[in-house]
Amino acid sequence: MASANKTMGGAFERIGGVNALPVILMIIALPLVGSFSSWMTLTVAGLAMGMMIFLMASGLSLIFGLMDVLNFGHSAFISFGAFIAASVLAALAFWVESDSVLLNFLALFLAVSAAALFGLIAGWFFERVIIKPVYRDHLRQILITIGALIIAEQLILTIWGGAPIPVERPAILQGSIIIGDVAIEIYRIFAFLLGLAAFLALYLVLNRTRVGLLIRAGVENREMVEALGFRIDRVFIAVFMAGSALAAIGGSMWAGYQGLISATLGSELMVLVFIVVIIGGLGSIEGSLLGALLVGLLGNYVAFIFPKLSLASNMLLMLIVLLWRPWGLRPAVKH
Amino acid sequence: MPATAMSAVPHVSGRTRTGRLVIYAIALAIGLALAVAPFIFPDVRSQEVAARICVFIVLVASYDLLIGYTGIVSFAHTMFFGLGAYGAAIALKQMGPGWDAVFLGGGAGILAAAVLAALIGVLSLRVKAIFFAMVTLAAASVMLVLASQLSEITNGEDGLVYAIPALFKPATKLLTNANGRVETLFGVALNGKLALYYFVFLTSAAMFWLLTRIVRSPLGSVLEAIRENEMRTEALGYRVVAYRTAVFVIAAIVAAIAGVVWAVWLRYTGPASTLSFSIMIDILLMVVIGGMGTMVGSIIGVTLMSLAQYYLKDLMAAAAEATASIPLLPHVLEPDRWLLWLGLLFILLVYFFPAGIAGTLMRKGAH
Repeated sequence: MASANKTMGGAFERIGGVNALPVILMIIALPLVGSFSSWMTLTVAGLAMGMMIFLMASGLSLIFGLMDVLNFGHSAFISFGAFIAASVLAALAFWVESDSVLLNFLALFLAVSAAALFGLIAGWFFERVIIKPVYRDHLRQILITIGALIIAEQLILTIWGGAPIPVERPAILQGSIIIGDVAIEIYRIFAFLLGLAAFLALYLVLNRTRVGLLIRAGVENREMVEALGFRIDRVFIAVFMAGSALAAIGGSMWAGYQGLISATLGSELMVLVFIVVIIGGLGSIEGSLLGALLVGLLGNYVAFIFPKLSLASNMLLMLIVLLWRPWGLRPAVKH
Repeated sequence: MPATAMSAVPHVSGRTRTGRLVIYAIALAIGLALAVAPFIFPDVRSQEVAARICVFIVLVASYDLLIGYTGIVSFAHTMFFGLGAYGAAIALKQMGPGWDAVFLGGGAGILAAAVLAALIGVLSLRVKAIFFAMVTLAAASVMLVLASQLSEITNGEDGLVYAIPALFKPATKLLTNANGRVETLFGVALNGKLALYYFVFLTSAAMFWLLTRIVRSPLGSVLEAIRENEMRTEALGYRVVAYRTAVFVIAAIVAAIAGVVWAVWLRYTGPASTLSFSIMIDILLMVVIGGMGTMVGSIIGVTLMSLAQYYLKDLMAAAAEATASIPLLPHVLEPDRWLLWLGLLFILLVYFFPAGIAGTLMRKGAH
């Protein structure tokens, strides 16, 4: 039994270990789904959803890894990002509907940038005012960020009202590409590519730049970095702002994906984001990507194969991962 | 110098004692008011408030056992509350209004809560507090979704409406006078409604008493030791994970019992009345406002919040109307926005008075 386990483990490591899990999941799902075209549609949807969740989760994970701060208010950035992007798109309705590709993209770019800018500014404010006084005190951190979340949700209700808001997608991102008998929504491809670009940018910054080196060193051992004379608190705030901006971008993409957003969007997504961070392992963006893709793909497959199970599926996934690897699939820090 | 230090001691303990006295006096007054609530506040709305306060004191006190005494942050407390409530509700719906349904269904709900708590505890209490908070949040949200999805048994978002045991029907006469009419005491009819209120009150009082016994027991001391220094407690030979799991299960059982009582009182059980995240937020606010790590704090926190919830909204509506001509302000003062102000208050409390009302007053001058 033990040797069988070992050979299985060896084979598992050879094909890429935990990194291969999304691919393994795709392969297992193919016979269960039955038809190739449905499988393809579900896979693309799952990947797109995964990438958007990755945008939201990566910031949370990095913030936790670096500062040991778990921000329950993170979902506020997601909601605000979604609502701000929706408002910008609504204000630029003329550009959004026009046939010009340039104007389309300009409108989208402005919407996403507005969300990101909000994330940066609000992130700065949040870190300085809300979180800084309670560093290293987990209980109060959780309580205070929950309080901030309550306020943020109420502010959204005050500004945008309780009724769901429709979100206009730019004309160029509407409709689908049809390859053979497989229809793929263009928006999903775009969301996937944007997420991928964000992942690559994060990966390069973390692994190829001096700031990235500092961040990774801070995640490993904060005291040592401080002892070597670096101002880690400046790195903190930069990471916090970047993480919040990523969440806002994720929210803005989600708004376009859903087409209709309401004030509860953030708290609904928050559970998914938490599950992703737990599955992936705190503090690593590779882990977040892995977790997000697994959650996105599994959610779509299960919704198709066993619709009743769809919402419990992510919970089950988390349970299995926690039993197998209590620290997540690819944790950056082992506490 | 030593002389002044010496003289400061009785002064300090004197102030501490007054603070303590004030808190216990307030808690006692609230308890007495709840005990005679049907007689001094006979209108229907006040009865609702009083019963809600009773049930939530149990719920919040059991949550305080986790967050205040042991230092565990869980977001699954409404899940256990809901399991108890749904257990009783489903049985009452399926088996008809009898005590057997209350005990069987409620018992099943309580058992389910205990088993689930043990599972979650064993699985995830060995890791960091923050991890545990996330796991419980995920579990609670799945339970909420399940309750609204399994509509064959739970009737989905609409929830269940059912009849309760005959003893509690308003038409039931506990005592009749010579004419066969229902007897009155201080002008209050001795009917089933009164019996129902006292069922809620007495069960809640018993549960609260049980919780105070637990925190005063050796178990309570171990829990506080875990909160203060986990490593040291472990080194002293206490198995921290086992204790944490045990207290998580105890809190879950008490919450589920509160759920059963709540289901019987309301005659309605739905996701919004038991499982929703806003109830979890209410519990958190009540614990923090009252004072974490003090059982009496839960009485004060729950009473303040419940009164605010029922009566502050009226006040805010009036304020919104009065400021109708000023831009933006009426929007923020709308009664639906009351959580905005509570959220602000909550943050300020956590910053400046992390011990809450009871904790701050009781420790006043102690340091």
